[in-house]
Amino acid sequence: MTTASPARTTQTFGYNDLHRLMSLMTGDEKHGPAATSTLDVLWVLYDRVLNVDPGHPEAPQRDRFLLSKGHGPMAYYAVLAARGFIDEALLPGFGGFDSPLGHHPDRVLLPGVEISSGSLGHGLPLAVGTALGLRALRLPRPRVFTLVGDAELDEGSNHEAIAFAGAVGLENLHTVVVDNASATHGWRGGIAARFEGDGWSVRTVDGHDHAALAAAFTAPHPGRPHLVVAVVEPKE
Amino acid sequence: METMRERFIATATELLDTDARLAVVLADISTAQFAPAAARHPDRVINVGIREQLLISVAGGLALAGLRPIAHTFPPFLIERPFEQVKLDLTHQDVGVVLVSSGGSYDMASMGRTHQSPGDVALLDTLDGWTIHVPGHPDEAEALLRDAAGTDGRVYLRLSSEANPRPRPAPSGRFEAVRTGTAGTVLAVGPMLQPVLEATAGLSLTVLYATTIRPFDARALHQAASAAQAADVVLVEPYLAGTSSHQAADALADRPHRLLSLGVSPTELRRYGTPAEHAAAHGLDPASLRRRITAFLR
Repeated sequence: MTTASPARTTQTFGYNDLHRLMSLMTGDEKHGPAATSTLDVLWVLYDRVLNVDPGHPEAPQRDRFLLSKGHGPMAYYAVLAARGFIDEALLPGFGGFDSPLGHHPDRVLLPGVEISSGSLGHGLPLAVGTALGLRALRLPRPRVFTLVGDAELDEGSNHEAIAFAGAVGLENLHTVVVDNASATHGWRGGIAARFEGDGWSVRTVDGHDHAALAAAFTAPHPGRPHLVVAVVEPKE
Repeated sequence: METMRERFIATATELLDTDARLAVVLADISTAQFAPAAARHPDRVINVGIREQLLISVAGGLALAGLRPIAHTFPPFLIERPFEQVKLDLTHQDVGVVLVSSGGSYDMASMGRTHQSPGDVALLDTLDGWTIHVPGHPDEAEALLRDAAGTDGRVYLRLSSEANPRPRPAPSGRFEAVRTGTAGTVLAVGPMLQPVLEATAGLSLTVLYATTIRPFDARALHQAASAAQAADVVLVEPYLAGTSSHQAADALADRPHRLLSLGVSPTELRRYGTPAEHAAAHGLDPASLRRRITAFLR
């Protein structure tokens, strides 16, 4: 349950404001690939795909976005601020004792944040449970999206979730893997093949191409969970 | 006698029919027994296969979506193996859940150490906001399950094939005085009541009985210890020895007291056999308990 309610802003911003919003947290005007690898994916989800309303962050019919890769959440907070979920005034406090904006997000402290994350390998399994729950509640409309990193797939918990979701055809589940080639041992045969072998629908797109991302996120995938691999520049 | 596990399955099956918010999550354990319920409620009886991390994460996700999940398997695979999921996907997400284990500490004695987890309660005790029930009889297990299903909290229901021959009155969450004496106080948890009653027969001791060990009824323990000639307290827990020592010490912090904490030892026995043999090996059979308790009381 969300217990705190940091003042929402009624003002919303566009894509071009995201670097300025991130600067309020990082102090840097320029952000390297590590800080921005998820930025376009997050922006496209919140701008074009997700049915979410900052005025009603707990509406039962909302889409659920579960940020699994909770490390480096500046892009996430910037997008939430741009879309009116959190007040821009909170951003400079990033990481402070009294700030609801930690270096890993906490759902209890922030409206619109569906899960607390940080430890890798939890978002996708939680998303499986959430998708099953929406199905059991006869809520066919809300979709569940989760964002994971390619290195995060090293965690075995993901593979319990990938195999199970594919086996039961969890159609309302969507996973986006932001692939910056950071997995230490890589993925033989590619990430998409790993999911496809377990019965997922898969798309691989340029992780900075907004139109391609939006099309991939909304592509039909009847009877199967859906994977989008968003390829970005390799982590230096 | 019907086991706690059988009663749990029958009761949960009934509750699934009447409470549309309830869901049962399994990992290939007890799935045959839940088959009739699964046929009626395919979306609310979910078997994830032999995937215990997913078992807990799915319970967390179901709770996030607004259901009341009951996750069930043997205790080593419910608490120890997916402990980070219990910590993060349930506790840190601040969602409600009912975890129901069946197997106690050494119910599966012949299976060896892999199927034993006497540390389960101590592990959960490191996390925030868990109510921990240790029933001593199938009737108590049923009452505690019904209560847990109707609330929103995080509840661990620890079932065992070891049971007392008769149920006590409906569990209240408080420690109940089963016997009153003057020489000291013994707290018996769940299935340890019968061995404790046998062990202390003829001794002037107050015997308290707990089916709910968290929250810990400090007041009842303090009251009993204060009423006795000496604040000599013995804990008899059917899981890791000392699991509740700190709670008892806190409860008695305002008075000189002595504390003996009996339970399952962490020693690797490397023995198979029966639960009764394991109870004796850990000094938890009536004869050993009597010897240890009388030696402590002097």
